[in-house]
Amino acid sequence: MGVKQISIFVENKVGNLAAVAKIISEAGVSLASISLADTKDFGVLRLIVDDAYNAANALRDNDYIFAITPVIAVETDDAPGSLYKILTLFEENNINLEYLYDVSSGKKSNNAVLVFKVDNIDKVEELLKSNGVKLLNQEDI
Amino acid sequence: MGNYFQPEIECASREEIRAIQNERLVKQVKHVYDNVPMYRERMDEMGIKPEDIKSVDDLHKLPFTTKDDLRDQYPYGLLAKPLEECVRIQSTSGTTGRRVVAFYTQHDIDLWDECCARAIVAVGGTKEDVVHVSYGYGLFTGGSGLNGGSHKVGSLTLPMSSGNTDRQIQFMTDLGSTILCCTPSYAAYLAESINERGLRDQIHLKAGIFGAEAWTEEMRHDIEDKLGIKAYDIYGLTEISGPGVSFECEAQTGMHVNEDHFIPEVINPVTGEVLPDGEKGELVFTSISKEAFPLLRYRTRDICILSHEKCPCGRTHVKMTKPLGRSDDMLIVKGVNVFPSQIETVLLNKGYAANYQIIVTRVNNSDNLEVQVEMTPEMFSDNVSDITAKEKELVAALKAMLGIYADVKLVAPKTITRSEGKAVRVIDKRNLYQN
Ligand SMILES: [Zn+2]
Repeated sequence: MGVKQISIFVENKVGNLAAVAKIISEAGVSLASISLADTKDFGVLRLIVDDAYNAANALRDNDYIFAITPVIAVETDDAPGSLYKILTLFEENNINLEYLYDVSSGKKSNNAVLVFKVDNIDKVEELLKSNGVKLLNQEDI
Repeated sequence: MGNYFQPEIECASREEIRAIQNERLVKQVKHVYDNVPMYRERMDEMGIKPEDIKSVDDLHKLPFTTKDDLRDQYPYGLLAKPLEECVRIQSTSGTTGRRVVAFYTQHDIDLWDECCARAIVAVGGTKEDVVHVSYGYGLFTGGSGLNGGSHKVGSLTLPMSSGNTDRQIQFMTDLGSTILCCTPSYAAYLAESINERGLRDQIHLKAGIFGAEAWTEEMRHDIEDKLGIKAYDIYGLTEISGPGVSFECEAQTGMHVNEDHFIPEVINPVTGEVLPDGEKGELVFTSISKEAFPLLRYRTRDICILSHEKCPCGRTHVKMTKPLGRSDDMLIVKGVNVFPSQIETVLLNKGYAANYQIIVTRVNNSDNLEVQVEMTPEMFSDNVSDITAKEKELVAALKAMLGIYADVKLVAPKTITRSEGKAVRVIDKRNLYQN
């Protein structure tokens, strides 16, 4: 299951993030979270939106290169504590964590949202649920 | 007044030079006609007999030789002496990966060495000097040319070759090198390294002979300041012999062509028409004393100006400007020939689209080659480290192909500048060619 994340290739240039945000909003899609992983020259912009299908079409029409990847989103009112708990669980269960980020904003609550990219989403979701971690669906964010 | 290696020739009157040229040209045309089928066929086609060439005034009647001819005639087609009389080859890369191979008899090596000796003496070299040769040795003509010249002068010759900066600087300080010969970008790099290490007062350099790539006056002053030397230019090409076809004197206002061996002309690159002194055009050389690989009217693709103005150094041979540009698309980066087609090959092999742009800049007197590549869906990943790993692979493949480091920059699709639908492949921002 998980949450659909859209990763977009962007050059590190002023105005590039704003341009993506504009395309998304003009497609009538609302942006739940935005996070940038960057290097000196380029970045990968990671979005979670309410309508990944429409967002993808809009990006394709504008010649963006992107990928849709399932990730796990977790809501927490204690980000450092939850993070520590989850990372410990991953370590104990040999879960390979590719990356994680914090989107610090939830639509339906004021809690923080942590996003994880792992290899085996279903297995990890089960693991987290059984340990009382609150997982979010696409529409929850 | 300066020092000369062969004053009777270097300072001969124009009439004397002309007489030498007339005699050698007539002899050379006959030699080439008798021994090189390509020239015989061309001259026959044009209805020119060797007897029709009576002096330099008739030079314009002869056919041109191009880089393509060298490629077509590879390896022995232009050889004008039996192989058993040849003692050496030197080689340079050609446009399509096919190399140019030049042959030398002992006589050819001797005259080449003499040309380099003239260059060394012109910058103040004597047998007391320690000549530090940091050009590459091997097939490249830089190392062996200056090495041979230094032997002729009787200087102590340090055959350093390029690279290993620590060892270069150690020999420089320990053995007291006085004349440095290398590419200008390597000289700038050495100068930087010497100053960084605080060794400026432990080197004894007085002059440098820097060639094989384009450089600016600004770069000259920078090297001169940093090393406390006089920096001189030298020009040459493997097809004609190697470095020393022309060299700078103390006036530092252009390079004297060794006219007793090489007759220069400047032509309109489009029409082939010979241009008068002072006009800018493609430089063409005829080798009049070489035996094994004598080329008639070889088109260098370098854009130059010739000047017969009297030089304060006392030499009477014509001076040429530094190349002001090139008539083809080859790039010389860090002294290495780079062709856009080589970069394209690597990109295609690695699964990238052949949509790229080469940007050459010069920062702190060092060339920088950047290859911008448009991102493709295949290349993309949501994980930044996957992308950077692929980027590193591409950098390694480019290094293997070009022999030099190229910075790869991934850019968004459809962002590479297109001019009238055609992508602009090369942007050279170095501004090397001053007018
Ligand atoms: Zn002079």
